[in-house]
Amino acid sequence: MQGVAPGGIDCDLHPALPGTAALMPYLDPYWREQITVRGIDGLDLASFPPKIPANGRADWRPQHGKPGADFERLRHDALDGFGLRAAICNPLYGVQAVYNRHFATALATAMNDWMVAEWLDRDPRLRASVVIAPQDPAAAAAEIERRAADPRFVQVLLLAMGEAPLGRQEYWPIYAAATRHRMPIGVHAGSTARHATTGNGWPSYYLEDYVAHAQAFQAQLLNLIHEGVFAKFPDLRVVLIESGFTWVPNFMWRANKTWRGVRAEVPWVDRPPADLIREHVRFTLQPADAPPDPADLARAIDQIGSDDVLLFSTDYPHWQFDGTDAYPAGFPAALRQRVAVDNPLATYPRLRETLA
Amino acid sequence: MTPDDGPAQPHDREARDRAAATKLKVIDCDVHHALASPRALYPYLAQRWRDHLDRYGHRKPTPFVSSSPYPKTAPALSRTDSWPPNGGPPGSDLAFLQEQLLDRYNIEYGLLHLLAPSGMDERNQELGAALCRAINIWQHEHWTQKDQRLKAAIVVPGEDAAAAVAEIEHWAGNSDFAQISMITHTIEPLGRRRYWPIYEAAVRHGLPVGLHTSGFNGHAPAASGWPSYYVEEQHIVALSQQALAVSMVCEGVFARLPDLKVVMVESGFAWVPSLAWRLDAHWKRMRDEVPHLAEPPSHYLRRNMWYTSQPADEPENPEDLRQIIDWLGWDRVLFATDYPHWDMDNPDFAFRCRMSEAERRMIYAGNARAVYGFA
Amino acid sequence: MSRHIVAAVGEIPPGGRKLVTLNGRDIGVFNLGGEFFALLNRCPHQGGALCRGSLTGLVTSTTPGEFTWSRAGEMLKCPWHGWEYDVRTGQSWCDPEDTKVRLYPVTIEPGERLAKGPYVAETFTVSVEQAYIVVEV
Ligand code: FES
Repeated sequence: MQGVAPGGIDCDLHPALPGTAALMPYLDPYWREQITVRGIDGLDLASFPPKIPANGRADWRPQHGKPGADFERLRHDALDGFGLRAAICNPLYGVQAVYNRHFATALATAMNDWMVAEWLDRDPRLRASVVIAPQDPAAAAAEIERRAADPRFVQVLLLAMGEAPLGRQEYWPIYAAATRHRMPIGVHAGSTARHATTGNGWPSYYLEDYVAHAQAFQAQLLNLIHEGVFAKFPDLRVVLIESGFTWVPNFMWRANKTWRGVRAEVPWVDRPPADLIREHVRFTLQPADAPPDPADLARAIDQIGSDDVLLFSTDYPHWQFDGTDAYPAGFPAALRQRVAVDNPLATYPRLRETLA
Repeated sequence: MTPDDGPAQPHDREARDRAAATKLKVIDCDVHHALASPRALYPYLAQRWRDHLDRYGHRKPTPFVSSSPYPKTAPALSRTDSWPPNGGPPGSDLAFLQEQLLDRYNIEYGLLHLLAPSGMDERNQELGAALCRAINIWQHEHWTQKDQRLKAAIVVPGEDAAAAVAEIEHWAGNSDFAQISMITHTIEPLGRRRYWPIYEAAVRHGLPVGLHTSGFNGHAPAASGWPSYYVEEQHIVALSQQALAVSMVCEGVFARLPDLKVVMVESGFAWVPSLAWRLDAHWKRMRDEVPHLAEPPSHYLRRNMWYTSQPADEPENPEDLRQIIDWLGWDRVLFATDYPHWDMDNPDFAFRCRMSEAERRMIYAGNARAVYGFA
Repeated sequence: MSRHIVAAVGEIPPGGRKLVTLNGRDIGVFNLGGEFFALLNRCPHQGGALCRGSLTGLVTSTTPGEFTWSRAGEMLKCPWHGWEYDVRTGQSWCDPEDTKVRLYPVTIEPGERLAKGPYVAETFTVSVEQAYIVVEV
């Protein structure tokens, strides 16, 4: 296919859960009854309302139902459409935002069972991230353990805007389980509305909320670094998914500068933050947030200072680009093989092993 | 230029003096004066507020009586060599500020930003308005009238737009005041309608609005929640300036008021291009949500906003900074020291990339002269 | 190269410092537990008066939450942006290879020997009974 290196690996696509009812077969009787008696439904994240054009590309949008909910369409549009060798599913449903931690944990387990039965078992190219409820870190770690036996689960999924910053120690059991099973932590765009989407309060527009994710991701990186997550878990990889990446250079410059003056506060950070990012952090391709001048994009990629950090993604069925070339204008041709194949294989050991 | 011990560097006093004599004039767009004591504003406050401050103090949506929520890396947030020999906190002694900043670096104008108190983030907004008036009188009497190089900002209680406009009307036309200032961590993002009367007044009086990262609104500083460390918070406040820029643009403030000038203070500028690219990319997908934007968001970021340089971005490859300014426009960057704060920039060494004399003159003075209308 | 007598040994107590100007250069002379070090009083970052900075310990860590604090008073923290320099080597902690402050050789000489010269001692008379700190610039 044009644009994708042969055998490309899509590191972010979104099968959609049609609704809470679709999880019924995977929930125990108590939760089935709760859902029925209380009429619980509609937990799609407000960060991704399915009807917004950006959340379903016109030619990928089905006549009925949510974009991404139909398996055949996903197979046709994405797997075949981009000639993919493998693709990692990141289902976005409001599990991480539910206030009742027990319900959230039950939903996470059900989501993963649903993923196995209705997606992974239907196409050998599909892989998935483990959905967990970080509201209960111990239960989340147990869910990772449970899924570890299935090699098709290759990463753990979290959201960019949660309750506490992701570096905090209460989340470390999750990182311990993930590294034990060689799963990266995938942090995807999305808000649980625990905090305003900006430090300046709640903006008016969806456009602002979407753009604000870049700042939330940056704050998460600062926290992951300065809480010492990479010092504690030297093998951990974190993949920022749907974060954009053109901000990475200027973020690194500022983070390095601040660290030099203030590092005594966090002595376990014993090297410049930019070095930790290059070693531990990966970014998916879409949205590329590309500048109008292709030369500016090439320069930004060069300034990141590593060819290892970008991972190919289409963000299917979200509308980030038109046509079949997922690479923005100016994306260096020489990097395509790295981004589409080598970097995903290096980032996801469980994927590498099952493709061998 | 680096301050290394090489032959071309001003490594001894004589060479330094020679350099100073031939040096460019500098307009410093971020200078922090300070109250010599918490009672310095009392002469300008009614008895009721003096009593109130004595008993209740300043009440903001923050946890501590007098510490900032994230204790800073240095006392009073300041260079440790900036405490005036005659006492008082850094920035509180005019003579010492003249010696350490204005005279030393050939500063033609210094734009004052008082950080504390701000008035605007008092939970008691009536007190906030009284404080703003007191601050402005104090700035006028003790600073701008005593050294004409210093230009104050009209400090306003922006959460109460009517009171803010009244404060602007009171001082507008007084050339000691070069701009209007507000805190940036506001109850709502600053692009929202409740603040529009302030921008209308700014345009009416031809005053730029200087937005220095500051203030408290009770929100977590980032959407990811409350960070643990100052090393995070110090960087996050600059991230929040990005959200502020997005708000001003997306709400249509500049589309509605094309002559409004906003100066973003103390957040650097290397982030502007990547933010603009991101905004434009997603605006293309969601134009229908913001039909009031006639132009792509990046247009407003480069037409209505200016950015002070400090803290100087220090790319791993120093020349990368040129690309950033090329994209932004050489007329957009305004030099600032942030004296006396710990992360201040020395005009002699702030930029490590090459610059032509003409570019240097724009950034160090020419751009600010144009924005603020200095002769 | 010239050698300058900057102080009598007893004049700078342990943990103390003296700022001097030698051949037009501002230099700080530090006493770390009886050993003397002379550093250029200009931070290689943006030219802050480094030798006016605080002397602190060195904090390192082997794991998050653990603080290993040692070498009390041997790190010089720039009064501006707070970069830490090792007084013994002049190296910055964050970038020891590329960011360092110039260090000048210091010797302790008996007054007896100094009286013979050739030394620069602008500000005080040398007594043969005392020892002196000599900086080579
Ligand atoms: S001038 Fe010393 S740390 Fe910047």
